[in-house]
Amino acid sequence: MKPKVLIPVALGTNRDGDLAQAFALAGADPRPVPLSALRAGEVKMSDHQLLAVPGGFSYGDALGAGRLLGLDLAGWFGDQLNQAVVDEKPIFGVCNGFQALVRAGLLPGNEQAGTLGENRSERFECRWVTLDPTSSHSVWTSGLSEPLRCPVAHGEGRFAIEDGKALEANDQVALRYVELDERGRVLPADGAYPHNPNGSTGDIAGVTDDTGFVLGLMPHPENHVLERQDPLRGRDVPGLEGRGGCLPLFAAGVAAVKAS
Amino acid sequence: MAKDRAVVVGPAHVDEAGEGLVERAALFGIDVDRIHRFRLAHVQFGDDVIAETGTGSENPGPLVTIADTLLSDEVEGWWLPADDHDVGGVVIETGLRPGVTDREGAELVRAANVLDIDVTAATMGMRFVVEAKGDIDVRKLAERVLHNDVIERWAEGSLPPAFADLAAHAPLTSHVAIADLDESGLADLNARRRLGLDPEELIVIRDHFAALGREPSDAELETLAQTWSEHCAHKTFRALIETDDGSEIDGLLNSYLRAATDAIDAPWVRSAFVDNAGIVRFDDDFDVALKAETHNHPSALEPFGGSNTGVGGVVRDILGVSAKPIAISDILCFGPSETDPEDVPAGVLHPRRIREGVIAGVGDYGNKIGVPNIAGAIVHDPAYTTTPLVFAGCVGLLPSGSNPTSAQAGDAIVVFGGAVGRDGVGGATFSSQTMAAETAEVAGSSVQIGDPIVEKGLIDVVVAARDLGLYSAITDCGAGGLSSAVGEMAETLGAEVDLQLVPRKYPGLAPWEVWLSEAQERMVVASPDPAPLLELADRWGVGAAVIGTFTGEGRLVVRDGADTVIDLECAFLHDGRPRRRMKAGVLELVRSTRQPIPEYDPAAATLSLLAHPSIRSNEDVVRTFDHEVLGGTIVRPYGGVLGDGAADGTAMIPPGTDGTRAVALGIGVNARLGALDPEAMAWQVVDEAVRNVVLAGADPKELSLLDNFAWGNPTDPQTLAQLVAACRGCHDAALLLGAPFVSGKDSLYNVFVDQDGVSDPVAPTLVITAMGIVKNLDVVPLTGVVEAGNDVWLVGPARGELGGSHLDAVLGEDLGGAVPRPDPVAIARHHALADAISADLVRSGHDLAEGGLAVAACEWAFAGRLGLALDVNSDPEVLFGEGSGRYLVEVRPADAEAFLEKMVPFAQKIGSVVDRSSVSFGVHELGLSEIGAAWSGHIDGGRS
Repeated sequence: MKPKVLIPVALGTNRDGDLAQAFALAGADPRPVPLSALRAGEVKMSDHQLLAVPGGFSYGDALGAGRLLGLDLAGWFGDQLNQAVVDEKPIFGVCNGFQALVRAGLLPGNEQAGTLGENRSERFECRWVTLDPTSSHSVWTSGLSEPLRCPVAHGEGRFAIEDGKALEANDQVALRYVELDERGRVLPADGAYPHNPNGSTGDIAGVTDDTGFVLGLMPHPENHVLERQDPLRGRDVPGLEGRGGCLPLFAAGVAAVKAS
Repeated sequence: MAKDRAVVVGPAHVDEAGEGLVERAALFGIDVDRIHRFRLAHVQFGDDVIAETGTGSENPGPLVTIADTLLSDEVEGWWLPADDHDVGGVVIETGLRPGVTDREGAELVRAANVLDIDVTAATMGMRFVVEAKGDIDVRKLAERVLHNDVIERWAEGSLPPAFADLAAHAPLTSHVAIADLDESGLADLNARRRLGLDPEELIVIRDHFAALGREPSDAELETLAQTWSEHCAHKTFRALIETDDGSEIDGLLNSYLRAATDAIDAPWVRSAFVDNAGIVRFDDDFDVALKAETHNHPSALEPFGGSNTGVGGVVRDILGVSAKPIAISDILCFGPSETDPEDVPAGVLHPRRIREGVIAGVGDYGNKIGVPNIAGAIVHDPAYTTTPLVFAGCVGLLPSGSNPTSAQAGDAIVVFGGAVGRDGVGGATFSSQTMAAETAEVAGSSVQIGDPIVEKGLIDVVVAARDLGLYSAITDCGAGGLSSAVGEMAETLGAEVDLQLVPRKYPGLAPWEVWLSEAQERMVVASPDPAPLLELADRWGVGAAVIGTFTGEGRLVVRDGADTVIDLECAFLHDGRPRRRMKAGVLELVRSTRQPIPEYDPAAATLSLLAHPSIRSNEDVVRTFDHEVLGGTIVRPYGGVLGDGAADGTAMIPPGTDGTRAVALGIGVNARLGALDPEAMAWQVVDEAVRNVVLAGADPKELSLLDNFAWGNPTDPQTLAQLVAACRGCHDAALLLGAPFVSGKDSLYNVFVDQDGVSDPVAPTLVITAMGIVKNLDVVPLTGVVEAGNDVWLVGPARGELGGSHLDAVLGEDLGGAVPRPDPVAIARHHALADAISADLVRSGHDLAEGGLAVAACEWAFAGRLGLALDVNSDPEVLFGEGSGRYLVEVRPADAEAFLEKMVPFAQKIGSVVDRSSVSFGVHELGLSEIGAAWSGHIDGGRS
């Protein structure tokens, strides 16, 4: 049976369909569910094998991106969320979903305080970026050998943390913004726009918790799961042609589902 | 006694010289060093809450909990009670006016209640702390730079919050005495209530009620004014027009636009001109809906709210034909950003402020509803300084034949979406009149602030309801509010509505205000069984209410509880308007005779053209719009090797389809030709839109068009003559192309009248949107040149006309000469090129538009980061002419023969793609770095 992915949809969530498509292509059974159905207890996390919190503008980003969805998740859904972590179910938060997982306290976890602040450019930014998978204990990224390419689309994606060294020491930096040159070499973005599109500390694009089962990231790998979505398709760029598809990321999460 | 507490939330955003606010202040001659912006939260607690403000106690008070949990950021933020915020500098606070949509305030109340804290009201404002060396004009700074009076209040020092009065009493319906009014009395009434009715219409209304033996209610009068407004009734486009030679035009819409569509009789058109949007065939299973709208008047007054609700409105037009919105477009026309503030008349915002606000508003709405913005244009011209234009378009997808349009007697009237307030009362009549220096004050309530999150919910609910077959008819609630939406749906059936059932934001609204409120984000449906609809809306967190029924009795009856507010025959409301008769003058064509071109440097002119504000890269703007969401975009507005090259048309695969076809969008707009020759402009912009979709891979034999006119006052005979000429051009060009118009929208009275009564009309502007189907995704030409060694071919004549060209604008002289003339052969070139593309013979291409061949070649080479060696002479008509139906395309040498076979006699080889970083035009040469510096301000880009 295909593992079921719970995709909670709040008022203002908008990349739920994109995320469902990515998990479906990765061999899972995505189930977008309105938050009201979770709140009413009609749908339970215990009936699902993965949780994926999609991108969008939950509650219109009122009071800060992801804050109110994080409050909802922790308030109405906290016990189920904690149980999912204990059960080592893969959990994925993208963009607004990442912001919500941070606000709900799941990421970076371990009482570390991280935040996603306004982009250094002080504006919304939609552009393609390259990501280097760096965490060896994340079930999502540890098996990835290739960089990923996909778009970012956010105004509040600058990752900041009180103690970046601890995060690094714990192998919790899952994905970093990098530059991929014409010969396919990975070069550090060094905090510089546009390769690091928002000014994130340490070029951090995604983080994992210390179990390695929870992943949050600002970019949208769900928008590069088909060859047609690649803006470089058909253009013979040595070192890039055919590289950077993000389906392996989703496949890794689905493969990490424990047989029960 | 309500307990208000205010807290300041940091860190501040600090503006310094060279940044937004300080720079804008300097523009108005206000010299400040720094402006610190803080968020300010006002919270009103319930009576039983002890609102401790202290921090650090073991048992934090409710304010501490709210500030820590909901307002301040744990890592980077802090907060303080507002009274304890010790600052050096001038303090100015701003806050929303009561009743203006306040999503943050509403969410703060909701979230506080999730935390079990009784908060009765909340609102977010701003505290500005201004550092300046000398004294500053605080009023000017606040009014011109920091706030917009239409939606906000301000004060020096602290500004108490303003919440809507929850105990307000609603005024009752009153009647308006018109029976005894003569023509001047009617004119006074018309002006006082800003009804915007014609004198003949006022007489018909007066006589209608005289025959009934009663006076109209205020609601009846306002309903008639809205229904008969230019905005809703298109009375100019339906008017009988007498032309200068004495002949009559039986309506511009029927004689030209719809006539072209009828004559073409395209099998792919499912519905044209009758619904909220046009509907055409996509493939065997799906149709696409398309529509473009204008939102000019509101955007002039409140740029963010105006463009924001413009996008919201056109998205609802698409929902109004049961289609799921999948793409947005925006075409924006502004005055020059560097306009001297002294040259901006009182009552007009500076072009730069309009530009910033409009762009932010477009981005905010599209990004938040999760619909990709994939096509657009930004035009700058002094003609738009007092009358900026905002066009917004939307494309939607629906299963073939899934838009029900047959409400039945007995069906319930269901309203989805937000509650009504005093926002946007009278928008349809407001947008159908000219603007004057004092319009901002009197029309303040005509401008709304959008709430895109509610609209996102509407999309989910409507699409789900459609798939479940839960409604029998649907329309959006836009201009005129319920009066238009219910009025139109009840046109033949009649309806009975009880206003007490309409959800409201706050009490104190008069019945006519509830009926006419243009509170955004609402849809109206007819349903034989509303219960499942209400359940569905609740599941998705969207408001919904049954407000009445369709009766089948042919009367529109509106009650407010026991009181009758409106009782009108539908036949009078919809067919009682006397047809407008208008007179068009002799069209004055401004064509000077051919002048010799002065001595000039073609290389320098090319760089000036590349830096022209209507030509230069808008990548920085486009990147603030999400064009990737839904995952279907395949030709992006900016592409090429580093993602910073301009595409022509764009394309996306509609999500949910089988993935083998795409929708392509192309846009044509020209700020300069309309005033010279409106008919030639029409041909030119139709051609530009078609060129764009051809290069995006669309089939030019299956196109659909949208027309959007932004014109001045049509009661001026010359203005009307220009409109007639443009419509004739649209008709002829569309007919020749076999491309039907499927929908359109006219925005008239784009005239600013200054304090001295002098009129400044907009440049006649026509925007054409072309939509085509890409049937083979594997052959779509790329953006920017691809490979050194390939040949460069010019499709179309070597020369283009210079009249009204951008070279004229850059040289600062009117070189005169002919404007680009209608080219009946262009269609054959479009078809031939499309054939070559479908045979996979074209690697990349770029159309010749503003700035002609020189600009196109530079943009194309820059996008591909490869050079071009072009064998062309320096004749200005060759380098910079702007004729129609011309392209540059890249073809592999091995494909030359096959390409030529399809393109004879239209194409000539003019050079090749070369592996060096420059573009040479015969003797002149420009480096890619020079080109990049002029066109986009950078050369390294961001790798995509």
